[in-house]
Formats: sequence, C-alpha cells, structure tokens
Amino acid sequence: MLPGGVSADVPPPLDVPGHRRIFGLETEFGLHLDAPNARAVTPEEVAGHLFHSVVAWGRSSNVFLPNASRLYIDVGAHPEYATAECDSLTDLIASDKAGERIVHDLVAEGEQRLADAGVEGTIHLYKNNVDSAGNSYGCHENYLVRRRADFRAFASALLPFLVTRQIVTGAGCITRTPGGAHFSFSPRADHMWEGMSSATTRSRPMINTRDEPHANAELYRRMHVIVGDSSMSETTTLLKVGATDLILRLMEARLPLPDLTLAKEMQAIRDVAHDLSGQATVELADGRRLTAVEVQQTYLDLVRSHVGGAIEPTAEVERILDLWQRGLDAVRNQDPSAVDTELDWAIKLRLIERYQERLACRLEDPRLARLELAYHDISPERGLFNRLVRDGLAATVVPDAAIERARTEPPATTRAALRGRFVSAAVAAGQDFTVDWVHLKIAGGAKRTILLKDPFRNTDERVDVLLEALEQSSAQVD
Amino acid sequence: MPQTHATGQPYEDDAPEPAPAPAKAESTDALDSLLDEIDDSLQTNAEQFVRSFVQKGGQ
Repeated sequence: MLPGGVSADVPPPLDVPGHRRIFGLETEFGLHLDAPNARAVTPEEVAGHLFHSVVAWGRSSNVFLPNASRLYIDVGAHPEYATAECDSLTDLIASDKAGERIVHDLVAEGEQRLADAGVEGTIHLYKNNVDSAGNSYGCHENYLVRRRADFRAFASALLPFLVTRQIVTGAGCITRTPGGAHFSFSPRADHMWEGMSSATTRSRPMINTRDEPHANAELYRRMHVIVGDSSMSETTTLLKVGATDLILRLMEARLPLPDLTLAKEMQAIRDVAHDLSGQATVELADGRRLTAVEVQQTYLDLVRSHVGGAIEPTAEVERILDLWQRGLDAVRNQDPSAVDTELDWAIKLRLIERYQERLACRLEDPRLARLELAYHDISPERGLFNRLVRDGLAATVVPDAAIERARTEPPATTRAALRGRFVSAAVAAGQDFTVDWVHLKIAGGAKRTILLKDPFRNTDERVDVLLEALEQSSAQVD
Repeated sequence: MPQTHATGQPYEDDAPEPAPAPAKAESTDALDSLLDEIDDSLQTNAEQFVRSFVQKGGQ
C-alpha cells in the first residue's frame, strides 16, 4: 500500500443470495419562498440560507450524514436527499421519510436568516415533481442488479412496466390545458422524452443508463429509474419499489417475461397518464392494443405465479401483491375509494374532490392547486399528507419510531453502517474527512483511503481499526 | 426498528399489520374536519401563492 493511496487489502465480495438487493431513493425537493411583500429572492439565495447549518456542520453544501445518507443542493437549487443503501423496503421507507424530517429541520433557521436579511416569509419544501411553471424535478429509484453483458436489452424489457405502473404508483395531479383541467395519474409523465439515455437534464429518459454502480463494477450495475413520481405515501413507496424489485427478480432469474414492447413509449406514457378511466390503450410493437390495466395485470399475474418458486413468499411480498391487485381493480372498476388511504393518486383525488365540492368551484380553481402543494408540503404541521397520517386517513408501513431512529442511525445491514459509524466518529473526534458512497478517508497527508466496494458488507476490519484510532484520540489520529 | 434480519433475508415477515381503515362515514367526517382546519390558509391569496412557486428544473 502506498502512503495516501487507496488501500489494497480490499476484502473479497460477499457471496450474497440472488434475491438480496440494495435499494436507494433520491428525492429532489421543490423549494418555495412565500414572501408576498418582500424583494425578489432567487431560489439559490433561499437554498443558501436553508443550508447554512449544513455548511457550518460539514463545511460543504454536499454532505454525508451520520445516518449514511447524502444531503446536498442539486441543479436548480433543489435540496436533495439520497437515502443510504438499504437492503429492505422497511429500511428504505424509514430512511426516505427520515430525509423529509431532516430537510424540514433546516426550515426554521433558513427563515430566520432570510428575516435577518430583510425578507419576511415562509419556506415551503415540497416532495413533488413540478413547479407552477411546469419545471420538473425527480425522484430517482436505484436498484443494484448483477452485471450482465446485455444490460441495454435487460433495461428496455422493463420499460412497458415502468410506462404503465403509474396507474397504481402515480402521485396524481390536476393537469391544466388550454381546453380545461383534468385529473391525471402522474405529474412526471409529461416530462419524459425517451426510454433510455445516459443524460438527465438535457434529455429526460425513464431509465438513466450511466454506468455508475457505486460498487464493484465487475459484479454490479445500477438500475437507475428516473420516471417515477415522488411518493408521500409509505404504502405507495412500498408498491412502487416493491413491485419493480419483484419484476427485476424474475428478470435476473432469467425467467421469460411476456413481450409487451411498446410501439411508442412516449406516446403511451402520456396517454396512460391522462386517462383516469383506465380505458386508453397503448400500442404494442407487435400491433396489439392493451390498456394499462391489462399490461399491469399481466406483470402481476406473472409475479404471482412465481411466488413460492423464484420469489420467496413473505408477508411483505403478499402485502405488495395485494395492494397492486387492489390498485388495478380500483382503476378497472372506477372505484378509487378502494385504495384512497394507500395510493397517492387516489388519496389526493379524494381530497381534491371533497374540497372542490365544498367550494363548488371548477377543477382549474387556484385553491385546488394550493391544496395540491399542501399535500406535498413536508412540514409536520402544515403538510396535508402528514396531517392525513395523523388523523388515520393515510396508511403507513413503518412505525414513527423507526423513522425517528433513521434520522441519526444508518441502516444496520449494509455498507451504510460503516459510513454512518465513520461520519459520527470523525465528527466526534473533530477530524476533517472525505467520504462518498465507496470511499472513507481521514484528511491529511499519509492517511489512506478505505475503498468499500461491496455494498452488502456491513463489517470491515479496516474501518474498525480506523474507528478505534479515531475514538482513542479526539485530537490526533495515528 | 424492523431491521434485525441477520440471516440476510431482505424482507421482514413481522411487518406490522396495517391499521384498519376507519369506516367510510367516520373517515369522511375526519376529512371534513381536516379541510375545515386548513380552509383559511388555503384560501388566502391562493393564486398568488401558487404562482410564486417557480423554480428551475432539476434532473
């Protein structure tokens, strides 16, 4: 090993069972300063004030936290939170919801600093996907998959599933057009430009094919799905990530999938989004026309037929399949009330319809647009979704205590545990450090970088030694 | 926290049962009280509030 170089003693990759998967969710939040009487303030200035305490803590607006997640300001001044690597959906949901609370915690100081700068206003953070001018930002799902030579074909086989899953996992939205307004399944659908690409802001693909596994690249690749809506509902996240995982498991087991290749993906995703009746058909490459419900039912039936075989039956798998089926039935039967505590689009539709009834207004009414923003507001007090949970009107997956714990504790069963311990110890010791998804390093001359290539490995002797040294001396290491 | 799967199983079998949904009439009442609570804040300058939320796109 060379001084200051990367340590060569990387342990061999763990032999992990095929169904074990690393998940991650990245959420870009909408940032909104409501200050009707103040001077014009750019989103960048608001983001700067919001992240003041983050910079004070980590000397950067791009940090890894003690819970091993990443918090930063992304393109367009969007605060972004990326969960640590999780190997269970419950950990993923807890880390994702913890991220909302972590980001919300920045609001009070941000408002105070703006007030000190002469701007009296309220900062709102939205876990949604579009602003009022139609700019879009994303929720990115990450699934670690085993590397294979035919990745492009493998990924494109997922597209018909991704195009149609919005009828159950969409966030729902009021779409305004010159001809009037209507309710759609997904706000993100209209912003997709192509199926797959390695670019994200210039072109908007459904799957980003940039080859960046954040892991041993000989073994793994990352399936980076960027077509999904941000989910407020924990049960919607469970279905969104859970169903996608189950399809990937069948694909990784090399089980044949029905060929549902779409003739025109971009046309299909829009047609499905704007037809709440579920009757709109999509054209397949082989000339058939199927509804989104039929496409999804084909996938669901296939997954169900492998439960007990390629898919180990668990209570969680059953819960995912049950919600998936009831979601499809709700669309098929035109009865959103069957899932209106569990699926975001139906929860939101119920709110909008009820409020519209009370106001006796048109769907275009700005008060309903205001209601939509309130639904996605992550504030525990102001946020409408959080109040629905409080009042028992929205279902949950993980206990509140698990979310609270996930604010400070990393997931225990993945590499995240190592990163989390390292960040906490380095901060406690007052040591400067650099860290990313695969590296840990104490700053300074000859100290080596620890390379953590295996995201499934939650113990590592090199990290133990480093942490011991950090704990022994809060003033100096080595 | 349900992350005790030392066996490497990715899923929990002891996930808490979802709370039973409230009866429909009861739930509509709860929804109405919630809308009562937030009605004022939603109605105040709704149009200006919504319009002022403009941000560049992200990824």
